[in-house]
Amino acid sequence: MKLDAERCTGCKLCQLVCSVVNFRENNPKKAGIRVVSRLFTDARYDVVVCDQCGVCIDACPVGAISMEDDVVRIDPNMCTNCGVCVETCPNGALFSHPDVDYPIKCVACGECARLCPRGVLDTLADVGKVAS
Amino acid sequence: MREMHGYAGTILRVNLSTGTVSREPLSEDLVSGYIGGRGFGAHFIYREVPPGTDPLGPGNKLVVAAGPFSGVFLPSGAKTSFSAKSPATGLYGDSNIGGHLAGELKYAGYDAIIIEGRAQGPSYLFIEDDRVEIRPCEKLWGMGAIKTEKALKDELGDEFQIATIGPAGENMVVFASVNHDIGRQAGRCGMGAVMGSKNLKAIAVRGTKSVPVADMAGLRKVADEMFSALAANAALKVWQDQGLAQVTTWSNSIGALPTRNFRQNFYENAEALSGERMRSDIHVRDKACFACPMATGKYCRARHRGETVFLEGPEYETTALIGSNCALGSIEEVAYANYMCDELGLDTISGGSAVAFAMECFERGIITKEDTGGIEARFGSLDAFVEIVKLIAARKGIGEPLSRGVRAAAAAWGGGSEDFAIQVKGLEWSGYESRGAPSMMLAYMTCDIGAHHNRAWSITHDIAVGRNVIEGKAAKVIELQHVRPLFDCLGVCRLQWVELGLPLEYYARLYPAVTGRQETWDDLLVKSERIWNLVRAFGVRERADFGRADDQPPRRFYTEPVPDGPLAGSRITREDLDRLLDEYYDLRGWDRNGRPTAKTLERLGLGDVAAELLAKGRIS
Repeated sequence: MKLDAERCTGCKLCQLVCSVVNFRENNPKKAGIRVVSRLFTDARYDVVVCDQCGVCIDACPVGAISMEDDVVRIDPNMCTNCGVCVETCPNGALFSHPDVDYPIKCVACGECARLCPRGVLDTLADVGKVAS
Repeated sequence: MREMHGYAGTILRVNLSTGTVSREPLSEDLVSGYIGGRGFGAHFIYREVPPGTDPLGPGNKLVVAAGPFSGVFLPSGAKTSFSAKSPATGLYGDSNIGGHLAGELKYAGYDAIIIEGRAQGPSYLFIEDDRVEIRPCEKLWGMGAIKTEKALKDELGDEFQIATIGPAGENMVVFASVNHDIGRQAGRCGMGAVMGSKNLKAIAVRGTKSVPVADMAGLRKVADEMFSALAANAALKVWQDQGLAQVTTWSNSIGALPTRNFRQNFYENAEALSGERMRSDIHVRDKACFACPMATGKYCRARHRGETVFLEGPEYETTALIGSNCALGSIEEVAYANYMCDELGLDTISGGSAVAFAMECFERGIITKEDTGGIEARFGSLDAFVEIVKLIAARKGIGEPLSRGVRAAAAAWGGGSEDFAIQVKGLEWSGYESRGAPSMMLAYMTCDIGAHHNRAWSITHDIAVGRNVIEGKAAKVIELQHVRPLFDCLGVCRLQWVELGLPLEYYARLYPAVTGRQETWDDLLVKSERIWNLVRAFGVRERADFGRADDQPPRRFYTEPVPDGPLAGSRITREDLDRLLDEYYDLRGWDRNGRPTAKTLERLGLGDVAAELLAKGRIS
């Protein structure tokens, strides 16, 4: 993933649109992406999102995670929400939510990249095209 | 409970005296009558804070409210209103804050928090979804506002959105601010002092819930159009680069930039305070409020006497009131002064104005070095600025009278200083000197909370139709006083409309999509007018002598012509001011003493308010 967090302004529109597109809800915590403020320490923001590396596929004890068209997907029907993938992810890019019984991750829909006012996520748009 | 689209559906009530927390379902009457945000604030403060309540006593209440657009998929649904009886004015006051608090409050499940009473010791309010706790925080007391936010983020995590006060709020300076997201402030009307009076150091919120909307497909369509229109706007880049700091050069060019305590409206050194200089000299990173493409926040670095500090800003108002109004020499000096105010928890508008007032009093010999404790309180001195705001926050020496606002300081110091105590209703004047802008002057005179620009920023109207024209200006002011506060009710930022020209039609289409209420923009404007009148009624109920005399600018503005700059020689007369007020009151359906008539209140659905004021003999 070559996302350019240097350009991030911390607006979190990516988180919001992710929940709107993937859950039909207004809820930035129900999103497969996070903006983390590092202003106090490093005068910058970080953007945390899956780079589709696939490490979680092998970690999943029930085989609920697979790669489809270069996108790592979790099968909610098979997932037991054990949390192993969340802990294993090298990027911290799988997110638990109290109302969702499987980890939420990026499915490369590309909507955040399309709307990001600063082009932080340009590369995700390409992944999105592959996915669609 | 029925789901209320656009709302979390619950009001959280916290009594700090008893330590009790309760939840009330959002009522249909409240939503249909007052929308949210400032409207909720006005409703609860009018209904629950009786006349004579000490603004800094436990009887006052603080309402923290989001609106139906807050946290929803649309540009910058980021506004939280803080409302209370203001210690600066003794009237209803509110101030709103951007950043990331409004949505978070709704994600936690609450449209508003009503804070009552007074905690026994330093406390903060912890909210994480259904878990609400009043937590002691002795170790945070005395800490700067930004440092407090960092300390709580370190303890609770970055996902908590936190509002804090600094030492000025703790000490109940009447223009103490509420700070959030490093550099966002609810600065006006002393909401930070109200928090301090309640021993409430901070509010920390995190939520994981969703905000329901009536028509998600419809909402997405409108929001997409709005985001696309913003992205395609040629002016977006300069806003992203300079934010509101770009306004300084323009304001100076039109003769509106407050300079040396509003003696002048043109600053010869304005170039050194420009948005370009902010960008080139001190800018570190762009910083946005929630879901906002403009990102007008500018994270900056400032150095002074070997110390390096980081802050958000300065934006225009701060540059005007601290920079040109105190005649500072560079944007970096303004930024350092801005940082001091932010950490102390002082409104930079009233804070800058208070220091400028002290500097003019010093220049005229009304106060001397003996009074200042040795400070050479001269225009242009950053060192003097820093020393004076420290005294204000601590309420020591000259800082004690100044901590009660320039109106009170003028009363304490005399010597004719009330003529240049630049305030209305006890609230210091914000960043537009208006001797050459009659509608803007009227906007400041009649602004419901005191001399604030944002209710009716009509100076562009003065420029468009003529700087000396009086006729018709009152109508424009009233129109804007209904449109602009509507954004504060909806919980959304207005800059995308004001500065980038997003048509109001978008917001009119958003409202039914979000709330499911098939009401037009005109319907919403009636609610805004209702809120405006309710706020006015608060003043009428509060004081038997409240009225026209409270709508007057300082004498400086109608006795001293503008000395230099593009508007040199121009002034506004006492007769002009009276004509503006007469026309304004007539159009509003108020009497010539500035009191709503019973008929007007009844027309706006405030029959019970009319009855109360009639019974008191306050209106006819």
